[in-house]
Amino acid sequence: MNPDKTIDLRGVSCPVNFVKTKLALEYLEEGQVLEVILDPGEPIINVPRSIREEGHLVLNIINNGDLCKLFIKKT
Amino acid sequence: MDFSDLQIERYSRNMILKEVGGKGQERLLNGRVLIIGAGGLGSPCALYLAAAGVGTIGIVDSDKVDLSNLQRQIIHFTKDIGKKKVISAKEKIEALNPDIRVNVHPLRMTSENIRETIKDYHFVVDGTDNFASKFLINDACYFEKKPFSHGGILRFYGQTITYVPGTTCLRCLFPAPPPLDQVPTCSQAGVLGVVAGILGTIQAAEAIKYLLGAGSLLVDRIQYIDIFDMNFQLIKVKRNDDCPLCGKHPKITELKDEVEILCDLRGGN
Repeated sequence: MNPDKTIDLRGVSCPVNFVKTKLALEYLEEGQVLEVILDPGEPIINVPRSIREEGHLVLNIINNGDLCKLFIKKT
Repeated sequence: MDFSDLQIERYSRNMILKEVGGKGQERLLNGRVLIIGAGGLGSPCALYLAAAGVGTIGIVDSDKVDLSNLQRQIIHFTKDIGKKKVISAKEKIEALNPDIRVNVHPLRMTSENIRETIKDYHFVVDGTDNFASKFLINDACYFEKKPFSHGGILRFYGQTITYVPGTTCLRCLFPAPPPLDQVPTCSQAGVLGVVAGILGTIQAAEAIKYLLGAGSLLVDRIQYIDIFDMNFQLIKVKRNDDCPLCGKHPKITELKDEVEILCDLRGGN
């Protein structure tokens, strides 16, 4: 998956990681894909849920213990 | 706009709202609101606008802080007694949120200076305590095509309506102030501090929504609040063709102070 933008939010706690994801999406064009690197645990559970509530499309969640990534398509 | 990490954290609860987001926050930070009166209504209004990140806040007041103000004017503290209200308010706003620029106008608004003062702001909040000022603000905002929030409180009661050009103005509802001896002021009749808190906070909400361009403003509707029986009433109102200011045949064609207008209106009848 080729993202248009990647942000690394490891070390950023909830809900600031969601706000930063949301801000990054606001400045993308519709249809573009954002890759977000998150910490395991709460962040990889909470951020996709909140992003879906915003109406964006969560394309993929990679949750391999240490490596947590989220791919979001702006709608 | 690039927000700093501190700004993202400070405004996170705003930005999380779908209706605000980063773009809305940017609008607030670029927003300019003038609060006329740093008293009961102006205090909560200024604090909430500052907390929300409204970037430029103007404060108009010619008074100094008095001990009897502190029961409701929560932006002023006991140590501020004797200090100019605009300075006391500016200090609190800056302590709350260093992002905010505060313009102080240590003046009493008159027909001579009000248009010049409101010109540079996006939205005006009426936090005054007398009818002459309220009608002056209404008339000045009409002539300058400036949106504003009217607010008035007494005892346990309050009323508020928002004006944007083309909607019901204060004079559509009340063509002229009541006779001086008919309505007591807060200093004569008393007022519960929380009434000012609730009403001033509604006014802050209106200013914020106007800047965001989101939600429904309190236009063509007047909100009455009764804190004694805890009853809120929303009444639909309409523009008045006979309004002396914005009606079909306006009698008020230039900005004047209320005493002069009363004489003119009576002379004309």
